[in-house]
Parts: sequence; structure tokens; C-alpha cells
Amino acid sequence: MLGTGLLQGLGVTAKNFVGSFHDPARLTTIEYPEVKTKLPEAYRNFPFLVTENATDPMGTLRCVACQICEKECPPQCIYIEKSKDKKPDATGKPQLFPAVFAIDTSVCMSCQICVEVCPFEAIKMDQVYEIATTDRFSALLLNREQLAKSNAYYHEIHPTEAAEVDARLAAERKAAEEKAAAAAAAKAAAAAAKASPVAKPPLTA
Amino acid sequence: MSVSDLSALNAQRATPGARVREVHDSFHGDLLEVSMGPHHPSTHGVFRMIVTLDGETIVKLKPVFGYLHRNHEKLGETVTYLGSMPYTDRLDYLSSMTNNWAYALAVEKLAGQAVPERAEYVRVILAELTRLLNHTCLAGFLMQDCGCSGTPLMYAFREREYILDLFESLSGSRMMCNYQRFGGCRVDPSADWLAGAQKLTDRYGTFLDEFETLLTGNEIIMARTQGVGKLSPELAISAGVTGPMLRATGVNYDLRKVDAYGVYPRFDFRVPLGDHGDVYDRYMIRVLEMRESIKILQQALAGLPAGPIMDPKAKLRSFRPKAGEAYGRIEGPKGEIGFYLLSDGSPNPYRYRIRPPSFINLTVLEDMCLGHTVADAVIILGSVDIVLGEVDR
Repeated sequence: MLGTGLLQGLGVTAKNFVGSFHDPARLTTIEYPEVKTKLPEAYRNFPFLVTENATDPMGTLRCVACQICEKECPPQCIYIEKSKDKKPDATGKPQLFPAVFAIDTSVCMSCQICVEVCPFEAIKMDQVYEIATTDRFSALLLNREQLAKSNAYYHEIHPTEAAEVDARLAAERKAAEEKAAAAAAAKAAAAAAKASPVAKPPLTA
Repeated sequence: MSVSDLSALNAQRATPGARVREVHDSFHGDLLEVSMGPHHPSTHGVFRMIVTLDGETIVKLKPVFGYLHRNHEKLGETVTYLGSMPYTDRLDYLSSMTNNWAYALAVEKLAGQAVPERAEYVRVILAELTRLLNHTCLAGFLMQDCGCSGTPLMYAFREREYILDLFESLSGSRMMCNYQRFGGCRVDPSADWLAGAQKLTDRYGTFLDEFETLLTGNEIIMARTQGVGKLSPELAISAGVTGPMLRATGVNYDLRKVDAYGVYPRFDFRVPLGDHGDVYDRYMIRVLEMRESIKILQQALAGLPAGPIMDPKAKLRSFRPKAGEAYGRIEGPKGEIGFYLLSDGSPNPYRYRIRPPSFINLTVLEDMCLGHTVADAVIILGSVDIVLGEVDR
């Protein structure tokens, strides 16, 4: 009969209309900004720089200004200037640090490639999304002071990932310490050997 | 002026190729050229159609595109192989996962990179979820173009959001997933995620039933879409049309069967074919394809093997495939999406070329629209399923 399809369709809309009053699962929207959904852990939006110590953010940046992310960034939104001097990193090894580290968030496309290529776990993805400003240019160009956020914050937004990163870094640190200790022991042994009066074998021609 | 006088006048005026109707009033005049778009909700983006009208009948249609051109292919030559991956998300922003896959496939062919089995399964799962998402949205948009303001589109978007939630919790972004990598996938889906995907797959058939009750048998939609925008199989083949557009004309060509890429040969599914090649068939093909996608998803989720998600030999940084060329293609939701790469051994491709399905399917628009009314042109364009990000690149 002509019109049956129409009536069936109307039945579907009626069911959906009435259903939304009874079944909370059918309410698919929320009252933003009063209510906000919980972001999934994997959610990413704009990078930030990880600092070990929140009280001294600029002194404890993990970044060593290797400029790999600057090179790999597809839209070229990262700008880094290396420092002239070095300072010890977490393992005690003297490292460069970024004198200037800027990200133009108006260009950044949150693709996460900087995070993936970083060998020092220094840059990670943030979860901020309310970033509207009235200034089109300078307010969106973030410098290293604005980018630096603590490792605790990283744990807060990406708990699983941060735990893995910390474990990996701890293992690296331990390996570095063991290596340093072994090197020191070898050096001491060599020094002891040098000091002892043993005739050196003659150099062969 | 009498009716017979007008007919004679009309006969004189008729331009070659243009079908001029007998209009029995004194206002009948010349052909009218109307510019539809570039900013028009029915054009699905910044797309312009210059239509020449006789009364309300289209006698000529000229598609104008390029408003969203952003130098994608040239950019691909200046950034590294990895750097192009996030840009492929922005081609067809409804189906970024399949774009990623096609590009990853091309690079893997170029570099001779193997992909672990688990990654292949995950790719199939994501590609089929993308197909569900794309076809659901298309049906919604098509009905919006028909004039069903709101309801079907909102139902479609409600379901789409559940799939996008899955994508977001896996890749970190709803639409710009940037998920596939050369030699696998970026993140291993957790057990929770897989349970979510399973739940959605189980539920999706119910939604499709509801959606079909709303639309498929609807007399108004049938009257609006049946016999409109017919495309002949011969023209479709010679124009290089692919995907549901081609299958709606009755040509059995699905790359999942033809190329048998990935792990698709392991799954049992059928390729739905149309009879008439009109707008209604194109809509029906998509609904039927969604049903087959659900079947594939069930099988892939059941058979997902354990193991690594990335090939351990895969390189992320300083990736330089040896000189050569490769073309990787997959069956995207809109048709054959392919990437052609020419490598000279440097970190960037020497040539990076995309075969976008939307763009090539759009080339037959005039042939489908001739003789129909302006209102029909809107739904014919809707049934082609274009995304301007992919058309203009």
C-alpha cells in the first residue's frame, strides 16, 4: 500500500523522540561547557615539553636541543636555538639545552610525529582544547616557558604511557650509571696497573 | 501569440545538443546560466557547478573545482615519507584510516617492508569501521540533499560519533588519526578497545535496520531517487569510476576481491551489485556494503591474532627506501584510493601522486545530470559521495 513506508519511518522517529525521554542512553549530547566529557587517555592536542622538576622548569627540561623534531615536523612549526653552554642532564651527562624553543600552534596540526621521533622522551602531547585567544599571532606562538609542563602533569593526562616512559628512562639511567661505574673501575684498574713497576713489553716495529 | 507560433519560435531557437521544452507562455526565453556554489550547502564543500538551464532542466553542467587546492602532492615531495602520513588524513577527512592504509601500503611496497599479521587484522577492522562511518554519513547527507532536513543526518551522525569515539581512544584524534605506520600500526589496540569495537559491531545491524525502516521503503525517497542520475556501466568503466558508484551500475569490481590485499581473502563476504545505476541503487549499495562490513568485522575481531603490531625492523627516522617506484591501492569507502611514489633514494619521495576516488567519480557528473532538474542535480552530486579535500588536494 502506498504510504506504508512513510508510516513505518514515522514510527522510527516517534520511537526515537519518545525514547529520549525515558532512556538516558539515548541522550547523546551534553551541556558543554558546564558539563565536559572525560577525554580518552590517548587524546592528543598540541605538544608540550616535559620538565623533571616543577620548581625549576627551565633547569630540568628533558630536551637537549637535538633538533630532530624541528627537522621531522611536517608543517615546520617548531623553532629551536641551541644553547652555547652545557648543563648536566638527569644521568649527569653534560648536555645542551634549548635556548629558544617555540611552537607555532596556529600551524601545528597535532600529528604527534615530534613525539614519536624524540629519542629523549622530552616532548609529549597535551590535552588542552580550550585555547581560543583574541590575538591571532603572538598568543598562538608558544615559547619554552609556556610549553614546559611537569612530568607529574604528564602522568596525570597519559598515566599508562607516562609510566612506561618513566620505566624506560629509569632503565636507561641505571644502565648509564652501571656503565659509568664500570668505566670508573676499569680506569682505576688501569691506573693501578700503570703505577705498578711492571716492565712494559717492547713495542714491536 | 498563439501556441503554434511559440513552438515554431522554439524550434528555431533550439541550440544543437540542448533539449528545449515546449513552454507555452510568453515568458519562455533563452537558456539561463546559474552558478551553484562554491558556497552552497548542497555542494558538500567549496565546489561550484555552472549549470545551463532550460526552464528547470539542465542542458549543460560544468564542474569547477580547485577552491580547496593546497598543494598536497608538491608538499609530499618536500617532506619525509613519514611526514606525508598526517597529510593523508586531510584528503578524505571522513575516512582517514583508509587513506593512511593506502599510503602505508604504497611505501611498504616501495621499501619491501613486511607487516605483522596482527597489524593486518587491525587495519582491516579499522578500514571496515571507516566504511561503516563513511556510508552512514553519506546516506545521511544524501537524504539531507533530498530535503529530509535533519532527522536521517542526525541519526547517522549519532552512530558516526560512536565510531569516532573508538578512533579517538585508539589513535588520539577523532578524524585526523595518523595511525598507520610503515610496517604496522602505531598503537596496539587494548582488550578494552576491542571489546568496544565488538559491542559496536554487534549493535550496528540494529541501527541499520532502524535506518532502513526510516529510508529504504519511503515512497517519497523512492520517487525522488529512482531513475534519477543513471550511469551506464560502459561509461562508468571508460571514465574510471570505482567504488560503490561503479558497483551500482552492475560491474563486479571490488579491489578487496580483485587485488586481495592484506588479509581480505581470509574473510567471507559478498560484493553487492546494483541493477540500474541510479541514485537509489547507489544508496542501496552502500547500505548493503555496510551489512557486509559488519560480517567482515565480526570475522576479523574473532580471528585477531596475538603478536607484535609493528615490524621490529621498521624504521621511523632516517627512512630512505631505495630508488624505485610503487603504486599502492586499496578499496576505500569511496572507491579506489591509490598512492604512486617514485623514490630516488633520498628521505623524500621524488614524485608523490594520489589517485583520489572522489575526483575521478566526479568527472561523470555532467553525463548523469543532463536532462534532469536542478533539484535532481543536488541529489546526484550527493550520491557521488565527494569530499572536497580529496577532489582538490
